[in-house]
Parts: sequence; structure tokens; C-alpha cells
Amino acid sequence: MTINQSGWRPEMTGAQSQAPATSTGNKALMLEEPLIFEIGDETTTGVDLSAQTTGAASRLGGLARSAPIGLPGLSEPETVRHYTRLSRQNYAIDLGLFPLGSCTMKHNPRLNERMARLPGFADVHPLQPVDTVQGALGVINELAFWLMELTGMHGVAMSPKAGAHGELCGILCIKAALEKRGEGQRKVILVPESAHGTNPATAAFAGFTVENIPATTEGRVDTDALEARLGPDVAGVMITNPNTCGLFERDMKRISDAVHAVGGYVYCDGANFNAIVGRVRPGDLGIDAMHINLHKTFSTPHGGGGPGSGPTVLSEALSPFGPLPFTARYQDGHIGLIEEETAGEDHPDSFGRMTAFHGQMGMFTRALTYILSHGADGLRQVAEDAVLNANYVLRSLEGTLDAPFAHSGPCMHEALFSDDGLPDGFSTLDIAKGLIDEGFHPMTVYFPLVVHGAMLVEPTETESKAALDQFIAALRSVAERAKAADASLKTAPHFAPRARLDETAAARKPVLVWKERTPTAQAAE
Amino acid sequence: MARYFTEDHEWIELDGNVGTVGISDYAQGQLGDIVFVDVPADGRELSKGDEAAVIESVKAASDVYSPVSGTVIEGNPALADQPDLVNSDPESEGWFFRITLSDPSEVDELMDEASYEAFVAKL
Amino acid sequence: MLRYLPLTQPDRDAMLSVIGASSIDDLFVDVPEEARLSGPIAGLPNHASELAVERHMTKLARQNTVAGEVPFFLGCGAYRHHVPASVDHLIQRGEFLTAYTPYQPEIAQGTLQMLFEFQTQVARLLGTDVANASMYDGSTACWEAIGMARRITRRGKAILSSGLHPHYVSVAKTMAKYTGDQLETSTPTFTADTDIETLIGRIDADTSCVVVQYPDILGRVADLTPLADACHANKALLIAVVTEPVALGALRSPGEMDADIVVGEGQSIGVGLQFGGPYVGLFGCKEKYVRQMPGRLCGETVDANGKRGFVLTLSTREQHIRREKATSNICTNSGLCALAFSIHMTLLGEAGLRGLAEINHQSACAAADRLAKVPGVTVINDSFFNEFTIDLGREARPIARTLADRGILAGVSLGRLYPGEETLSQGLVVAVTETTTPEDVEAFATALEEVLA
Repeated sequence: MTINQSGWRPEMTGAQSQAPATSTGNKALMLEEPLIFEIGDETTTGVDLSAQTTGAASRLGGLARSAPIGLPGLSEPETVRHYTRLSRQNYAIDLGLFPLGSCTMKHNPRLNERMARLPGFADVHPLQPVDTVQGALGVINELAFWLMELTGMHGVAMSPKAGAHGELCGILCIKAALEKRGEGQRKVILVPESAHGTNPATAAFAGFTVENIPATTEGRVDTDALEARLGPDVAGVMITNPNTCGLFERDMKRISDAVHAVGGYVYCDGANFNAIVGRVRPGDLGIDAMHINLHKTFSTPHGGGGPGSGPTVLSEALSPFGPLPFTARYQDGHIGLIEEETAGEDHPDSFGRMTAFHGQMGMFTRALTYILSHGADGLRQVAEDAVLNANYVLRSLEGTLDAPFAHSGPCMHEALFSDDGLPDGFSTLDIAKGLIDEGFHPMTVYFPLVVHGAMLVEPTETESKAALDQFIAALRSVAERAKAADASLKTAPHFAPRARLDETAAARKPVLVWKERTPTAQAAE
Repeated sequence: MARYFTEDHEWIELDGNVGTVGISDYAQGQLGDIVFVDVPADGRELSKGDEAAVIESVKAASDVYSPVSGTVIEGNPALADQPDLVNSDPESEGWFFRITLSDPSEVDELMDEASYEAFVAKL
Repeated sequence: MLRYLPLTQPDRDAMLSVIGASSIDDLFVDVPEEARLSGPIAGLPNHASELAVERHMTKLARQNTVAGEVPFFLGCGAYRHHVPASVDHLIQRGEFLTAYTPYQPEIAQGTLQMLFEFQTQVARLLGTDVANASMYDGSTACWEAIGMARRITRRGKAILSSGLHPHYVSVAKTMAKYTGDQLETSTPTFTADTDIETLIGRIDADTSCVVVQYPDILGRVADLTPLADACHANKALLIAVVTEPVALGALRSPGEMDADIVVGEGQSIGVGLQFGGPYVGLFGCKEKYVRQMPGRLCGETVDANGKRGFVLTLSTREQHIRREKATSNICTNSGLCALAFSIHMTLLGEAGLRGLAEINHQSACAAADRLAKVPGVTVINDSFFNEFTIDLGREARPIARTLADRGILAGVSLGRLYPGEETLSQGLVVAVTETTTPEDVEAFATALEEVLA
């Protein structure tokens, strides 16, 4: 045999536990990035503007800007690099399982993005004559049709800009309906303790008084307590179904009937519609209004916190009160836009306009693309796989972590755990931060409020079994470390772009905009 | 001077007809790091049990109720810049507001220091 | 079967056995019998291929007149600007597009740093001390500002300028019905002068705020300083609304003129027309009012190792903590649109924005001069930025429709925005940006001459 002595020899000298500091602060692919205010300047620009001067006199009414604005510019390559580097400090669905309960972080199909960018949708002005936007109105109309069919409801308000805006839409419909009936004295909205914070905030905004309804030990609304509270002062209830403990409200129809019997209305928070889409129609449960988060069930991207979109389906009783504008298809196939001008004849009881234009058109094209891709059979499969995945997580981990409502039967699309049973000094926060080091985004933590140290896991239907198995193993490992009081969990995450951040300091002395640190200011600090 | 406590963990210290109000050491420990305190303005009329001040930690906001009825003389100006005084010295420098009592007999319904300690011990 | 669903039937069977369920129906056992559907909803088609869906959507898209393909002059709250190619590329990076609200800051520094930069850019542009991480859009930001003024002043009467976008007025009226706020509104007069003087005369001890648009719905520009002084003399707040942020590259900012809250529609920068949404609401104010602000805020801090980092902060104002006592029920911002705004603004920089504004203004001046030469047409404005109003001498709406049939999107007729207001029906609001060519203007003017002849 011959032994080649040239070239390099692989060498393993043990784990690099004592990694040296780098002069840049970078760690290979983990790149630090300054603020644009530190790298840009006011003369650099990344756009080229034609030197189009017409010589016309300035007509700015004597208000021409004299003071500099203070906006730094970067060239295009610097801009692309800045934002690309920033992007790499984010976790995202595209990178891995994102099990935030109640947020439905499912895969965002790229066909949706391509369709939303067709010039016929992206480059159309909201105030163009309606004859020139028949296709855009067609999208709104077609999506509206699907949403009504999927929910079994009579009407739908398309303009709400996000889930909470949709809640407001539903609550304002209830308010308008009560006023029309001359029952403005109904001031109380009943909200279960487990509700999203937006529910009481919305009801209070509309001038209602919020009263809490307790939950049973099973994790569902205490129907007897709710029925006992009903009366002539109750305007309605706001119920999330499936609820935020991940359970279906079995008594939903009974609750609706009881509320209707005393003259109230039923608002359903549709945040968790993904669990039942195509399998259960809220209209069959007696719901009067429900918002649909297109960015949850219908896969429009979350975008780092919006934009959302919150179309709100309405019962026959509430439809006349829905907001302007909305679309209407006439017999000749033409689609009209009902605005203030014609609302007097067609929609006199509308509570009014909620936003300047027609809603989140860019989200409508994406959601319609998603719906058409799945169809009736596919959407049903979405709900089934979402529920299957959540139950798989619940049953795989209930022996490891406390699962307060595991005894209540199957969960819907999310599995709820708590930090009960962890040693002193270890809590949900540590589990969450430990999961970050395992390469996962943590689940929703400390919500719902009815469970101490809640951990709400929503895997969604777009995760494979292999991805779920890896997540389950990771969560089990972190939980075991917590049970063993592994101190290294208290300082997790260790491998993220940042360690735990000082939120107290941020809130005590808020620094919300960048200010130039002059040398003297630095000296004074 | 006498100090009284409520079941909602406010304390009031009386000097004649004027009371100084704050929250107990137990309460600040429950709230964690205080980041902001909104104290009532001078001249505000409060009834016993009214929401008088707001106290915020990073992830929670709590209301502080007036233990007595009366007129606010002053809110603690130091808390605007140093909300952490509520953590470090809740029962002295971290006071919230001073109030002129309209009905001094209301303090009879409050707990004294020993009763409050016993009350807290059971929580 | 379905391209977005990775589970196979053997996977499902294996998982059901781990769960201890015999079929998927066992997992829906809590749904009452009468609400269970036995199969796919009748009357709806089943799943479709990418190609089939693309064909369907493309067909719908082709039924619209694309702004970029015709001479185009619409504005009134949404403006057509050129967006650099890199903006759309960057916002489609999965780490931005498919991330969530940065509740776990250690793995969301990209979004958080971007928001901090956005807040700073917006505050500087509006001339305010601070700005938030964005709102749904300009119209909802405007209403939120009115509510904020009520909380600060503890007064319930807001005076809305006649020059405020009528849809913004409508939104405020809708909300005020339920909050009990009293709104004083009026319709604009067809003159070169704004209603600043009238507004000053109406401020009294019950006034929480005056809301004024800059430039206003007819494109007019007025100095807000006297109005700010009058507001402050009465302990009321001045809220300024900017629907065309590019204007602030050429005009003094409302903050410089001492407005207390400045809100805006950020769509012009980076976002595109999109038939009305999603857009991005801008919201800035004086620092002393920051705790009464609605919406998310990002703040600077340090991590456990002393490294600079960013977090969402002052969240005790928000609904998930304060619930029924929150400053607003808002839960989302307009994150991805804020990112598009911020990237476009970074590409522009000071020099680019000011150059862009200059081109817009000069082009608009040239267009106004050309249209003024059309017999029967009068330009109403003495002052404007990139949008002005013309009086056609007869009802403008049918003329805009006729021009649309001839392939020219001529502007927004005031008859559409103010139905029933006879005095305004002859008005057409014309917007001119860097995307408008001299040939577009000539085509518009020539066609208008023919239609009016």
C-alpha cells in the first residue's frame, strides 16, 4: 500500500467549548448588523431619479422644507445586505415548526404570493371606476362566497383589517341591531375567562361592560353559570370555539339558543377556525358573528406581525348592519360596490365604514388562491390533519409535562400543557428558552390565563410526522432537563443571536427612536 | 402616627387628617420589577375603593385603590423617574400619593400592621 | 393528494394508534351530532392544481385596468409610485415573510431592529419625537389619534377639518357613534384657501383636538403653525394627517409646525396600490404622550451579555395585558408593509426622498399648467404638492368614466367622494407622480379637450 503524506490531515481536537472572541463580533454565519443610522448617510441613495426638471415655479405655499429630515440612505447592494443580514436573525415557518398556539403558523404557499403580485391585482387603485376593476371586485365576491359557504352564514363583511378589527365589526353589528330594536339598555357582554385579550378590549371600546364567565375544571365554559347570568341587560356573549384551551365547546348550540332566547347575540372568536374548517359550520351552532383570520386558517403570511385580515361572517339577523363598502353581483354578472352613495337604498341600517377602502385586497387574493387550491375536500383534510397533529403531540407528551385538560377528551388543533410539577425556580419561560436552543420557536406561553404557566402548542397540518417527532423529542428533552433542575436552562438561549433581553430596562426608560450618541453624551453616561 | 393596611395590599399612614398611601412590601414582591407608576393629580377627589393609581411591571398592569375617601394633595413626583423605588423602598420612599381624608372613621375598617401580617401569612 | 399536506395515510394510521383513536372522527367526538358534516361541503369544488388555480386567478386579474398600463392620475389617499425591485425581493425572504410578531426577542432581532429603524424613520419624517411600529392604515390611525386625544385631554369634542379625506371622516364617525365622542365635521369649499381660519374660530374649552390633513383632500397646503398655537392656547391637541408621505420630502413636517400627534398613510413608500390594502398606518407623537399611544412599540435594550438588542415594550398599554382597559383593541400592526416602507426609505435616503419629492412637485406643476390650458378647465389650487383639483365646469364623474373608456384614468371625481354635494360635483382631483410621463399628461389633456368640446 502507499500512504500519501501530502495534503492536510483531518483533526478533531474536541468540542470548541472555548471559542475565541472574533474581532468583528460575528460568529461565522451569525452576523452582527449595525443600524442604518450608523452605516448610511444623507447623501447616499440606492435609487436613480431622472433629472426631470420642468422649470415650473414651486407652488408649495411657502412651506418648502428647509431643515434636514435625517434619513440615512444606502446603495442597493448595501441595502440588500443590511436586510438580508437582519432577516437571518429571525426564526420563521420556512425554517422550522412554529408551534405558537392560537396563531396557526402554517406553511405559506408561494403560489399565493405570485397571484397577489399579478399587476391586475397589485397595480390597481381603490378609487378606479368600478367598470375597470371587475376582476378585483370578483376576487372579493368569490372569496366572500366561499367564506359564507364554509361557515354556513348569511353574509360577510370583508373590510376589517385584522382579527381584532373583525371582532369590532361583529360587536358593532350587535350594538347596531340592539339599537334598532330599541334595546340600547343591554350593556353587558359575557366573556369567558379564557378569552383572548382582544375580546374584552373590543367590547369595552364599543361601550359595553365586560363580565367574566368561569370555566369548568374540564376547561370549557361553565354553561350553567352562563345561563344563570343571562337576562334583559345582556347584549351577548363572546366565545372562542374551539376555545383557547384547545377544546371544542360542546354546549355551543345550547349556549346560542339560551342567549337568543333572552334576546342577546352570539359572537364567536374565529381565531381557531382552522380546527373545524370544512368539517363544522359555525352557522349550524347558532353563531351570529365570527371573524376569520385570513392569516391563520387561510395561510396569508404573518409577515412579522401583520398585515392581517379579518372578514367577519354574519347571521341573517346581523347582516343588515354590516359595514360599508361591500360588493354585490347583479344578474347581468356585473359586480357593484355598495358605498355611502347607494347604501341608503340597499343597506340603510349599516353601522358605517371601518376603513378607508375595501379591506385587505392583497390578502384576499392570497386566501382565495389557497381556498381554490384546497377545495372543499382539501379544507376538510386541513382540519383533520391539524387536529390529528395536535392530539399526537398531546398524547406523546402528556406523560412528560402536565397536561391540565388531557382528561377532557381529545383536543382540537392545539395541545395545552403547564409547568405544574417543575422544580422550584423552573417555569414555562425556561422551557420556552430551552426550545430556542433546540432550533424551535417556542409555543405560546402564559396564555390562556386560566392555566398557570400555560404552554399552548399548535403544530398545524403542514408539519410532517418526522417534524413532529423531532419537536416532541426536543420538548421532552428540555422538560427532562427542567425536571432535573439543569441550571444551564436558566440562562438559555445560548445559541440565539441574543441572550435573554432586559425588558425591565426597556420599559423603565423607553428608547423608541435612535439618537446620535455624541462624544459628550457618551462621556456623560 | 398610625399605619393601616387593606386586603388589596395598600397601606395608609395617618398624620392628623392627612394620609400617605403606598403598596406593601408583599405586593411589590408579587408584582416584580416595577417599570411605571401613574399617580393621581393634586385636587382629584377619590372615594374609598376608587382606582387611584396604575402600577406596571413588564408584563402586568395593576390598579391601586384608594383606601379612604378624600382629596389628593400630591402624587409622589419621584416615581416618574424612579419607579423602582416601589421595589426598593415600598413602605417609605416609594409612596404613591398624599390625601386629605374626608371621613377619618373609614380607617377603622382597615387592618393594623399585625393583622395585615397575619393576613399575608395565610395567602 | 394535496401539495401542502405532508402526512401520508400510513402516517395518519400510526399517529391514530399512538393517540388511541380508531378513526379521525373519534377526535371530533365533542362536536355535537347536528353540527357534524359527514363529507365535504356540498356545492363547492374540490382541490385544484397550481396551474388550474393560476389560470383562474389570471383570468380575474385580466379583467382589471392596470394603473401602470395607462395614463394614470388617481390619488386621494393612495398613490402610484415606483417601488425599487429589491424591496419586493427582500420582503419575500421567508425569515421576514413567515415570521410572527416578535414575542421571543432572542430569535426575532431581525424584525425588531427593522421596527426600531422604521420608528425612527417615521418620527423623523413626520417631525415627531417618537413613532410606533405601524397601524392598519391611515384612516384607522386617524381615528386612534382622536381617541388618544380624548384620553389625554379628558375632553370629548373633536373638530375635523373639511379638508380631511371623507373616508377618514366616515371611519371616525362610525367609531364615535359608539364611544360617545362628539365630532364636528364639514365638507370642503371649492376655493384655493383651506379652512384653517374657520377651524381656529371653532376651538373652545371642550375641544379635545383639531384634525387637519396636510396636504388636504383637494391637494391644498397651509401653514399649521397658527392652528397649533390656537389649539395649545385652549389646551387642545393638534392632529395632522398626511396621506402622501412623499410630500414631506418637499414640505415642512407637521411636527415642525408643533402638531402634537401626526398620523399618516405610508402606502406611497414601498407598498403599492393593491386596490386599497394592505397599507401601513404611520403614527407619531410628542414624547410626553407616549404612554397613551395605541399600537406596538419597539424599544432598545441590552441582553444578558450586555449586547444591544430590541424588544417590544410598553406592552402594558395593549389588549393582551390590559384587556378591557387597553388603549386600543388592536393586536396586529402592518409589519410586512412597514418593512417595505423602511427598505424603500433606506434606498431613497434623504437625498433620494428630496429628489423624488422635487420630481413629483415639478411634474404636477407642469401638468396643472397644461390642464389649465384646456378650455373650460380651472385649477382650484394656489398651492399643492403632487395633487391638485380642477373644476371641469360640469359634472366630473361622467367625464372620468368617458375618459376611462378611452383608456385614461383621469383622477378621482369629487362626486364619488362626496355624493350629493352639488357644489363639488364639478371637481376632479388629479395626482401626478414620478411615474407620470409628459406624454401621459398630453394624452389626458388632449382627450379632455375633446370630451369637453
